[in-house]
Amino acid sequence: MTVTTAAPPGVAKADRPAAKRNRKPLRPARVVLYVFLTVVALGWLAPLLLAVYASLRPYAETAKYGYFSLPHHLSFHYYSLAWSSADMVKYFRNTMIIALPSVFLVLFFASFVAFALSRFKIPGRKTLLIMFTAGNLLPPQVMVTPLYTVYTKIPLPEWLSSSQTLYDSYLGVIAIHVAFQTGFCVFVLYNYMQTIPTELTEAAVVDGASLWRQYWQVILPLTRPALGALATLEFTWIYNDFLWALVLMTSGDKLPITSALNNLRGEFFTDYNLLAAGSVMVALPTLIVFFALQKQFVSGLTLGANKG
Amino acid sequence: MTSSPLTAEAPAPQTTPVRRRRRLGRFNRRDVLVLVVLLGIPVLLDLALIWATTIASIGLSFTSYNGVTAIKWVGLRNYEQIFTIYEPFWRAVRNNLLWLGVLGLIATPLGLFFAVLLDKQIRFSRVYQSILYMPVVLSLAVVGFIAQLVYSQDYGVLNALLGRTSHPTDWLGDPHINIWAVLAAAIWRHAGYVMILYLAGLKAVDPALKEAAVIDGANERQTFFRVVFPTLRPINIIVLVITVIEALRAFDIVYAINSGRNGLELLSVLVTANIVGEASRIGYGSAIAVILLTTSIGFVIAYLTQIIREERR
Repeated sequence: MTVTTAAPPGVAKADRPAAKRNRKPLRPARVVLYVFLTVVALGWLAPLLLAVYASLRPYAETAKYGYFSLPHHLSFHYYSLAWSSADMVKYFRNTMIIALPSVFLVLFFASFVAFALSRFKIPGRKTLLIMFTAGNLLPPQVMVTPLYTVYTKIPLPEWLSSSQTLYDSYLGVIAIHVAFQTGFCVFVLYNYMQTIPTELTEAAVVDGASLWRQYWQVILPLTRPALGALATLEFTWIYNDFLWALVLMTSGDKLPITSALNNLRGEFFTDYNLLAAGSVMVALPTLIVFFALQKQFVSGLTLGANKG
Repeated sequence: MTSSPLTAEAPAPQTTPVRRRRRLGRFNRRDVLVLVVLLGIPVLLDLALIWATTIASIGLSFTSYNGVTAIKWVGLRNYEQIFTIYEPFWRAVRNNLLWLGVLGLIATPLGLFFAVLLDKQIRFSRVYQSILYMPVVLSLAVVGFIAQLVYSQDYGVLNALLGRTSHPTDWLGDPHINIWAVLAAAIWRHAGYVMILYLAGLKAVDPALKEAAVIDGANERQTFFRVVFPTLRPINIIVLVITVIEALRAFDIVYAINSGRNGLELLSVLVTANIVGEASRIGYGSAIAVILLTTSIGFVIAYLTQIIREERR
């Protein structure tokens, strides 16, 4: 598994010079391959490009000529409109209030659980591992109903939640994210930590390190690549979440950005160009994370999927 | 203190392939406290929010609970009504099956096909890879909104491209075709996901295997289907499970388009529709959730067996 993590950058670097050295003359089959891939790639990009294009054009124009037409006016008007009147800043902040603590807690708990399960003879170790892994695979809709019911009945002090219950509070949404996502991360990190030699922690024990120090100073630094990969992945997943906030929150002004996007619809007689601008703005952070940290992103997914 | 090489090498002679885990007896009180607290919190969270709620759903599905009045046991009545008179149910089942079929028979093979093409040591492989993977990082809600720009009856790009300007098709409004339009968006997103998983798998295949097959006179297709594909078995199982789970979880795209009505019913939407809003038929919604759970449980077990088998290896 360590191989999988390390492979993408190494392979990419090793591949390029090699490919340059023995580049063969293009065979017709290759030409077909490149043409095919380029066409597919353009087709794949098209919907997103369309959204960007639509967001730059006024409603009156697209209503008259349709989206498939040459531009007459291009402006960032809808972006400033979405930013100011639709309060995108507030919803972005809401998303961060949910996503940042969630990602941090998920990684902290999952890494400790994985550390404990992979190092010590804890009774019911296998059962715990299965419990975490299987929990992440259940359809979330199975939890929705009781969660909703219980959340409305748990009181919270005013300073923690303006609704005074766990329902419609950030804490409630964070809690379910942490519970749900920890399962996936435990599974990935457990497999990762299996590859770290036990001698390392044993040496630390001989040196008199406490359990906490073994975790914090020996294992955690060695797990950094996997943690980085998972952080990128989890941030995107929690950022993109739609269901939990929809079911467990009710106040419009507390919603995270993905769920709030739905609000752009009613308020402005569904101006689809405004919605396009909103969509692009919501998509932008995840796209930036993806392109900046693509390596981590991909290795996070493949870490979970194959242990070869 | 982390890396004193002498102590690290000391236990080396007794290294066996079997991993040694330490017994708990060697901990002092503080260690045990740290272990109990930091292991206890996530375990309790998982038990309470994931497993207890799942079991509670099963329990509630046999009641007529509405969130206000006392819980009343009604036996199998909810299920009976869902199967017989709850009108959107069978449409939702059909749509979920379509979703599964399309992801499994079109999107997944497409993803595998992309992976095989990109594994051929072509130039700009990374660029193609990023573009094909990009939809996966988008929120499904955003995918739903973008779909509306493409499919809109009057202004949409698709009608313009097809030249259907005089009698435009209402791609998302017509209940006979809208599920297919949405499925196209689902394929767009799923194929890239599958591609990334297979690409990693293909990179791990020993090149000597392929070379041996070529020396034995196998053509490209034979090499792939007879030699390479069988070695991908663990990934095939994971992709299968992910595909099934994605198909059962499908929710966001249809919800963003029209809240999952008018031909876009899905089981997941029916669950939320029964609890959010004025309806609040909790027992009823739970029964639908349990139906969803029973469908997925077989695949979850298949996945776990695969993991445990690999663990033993």
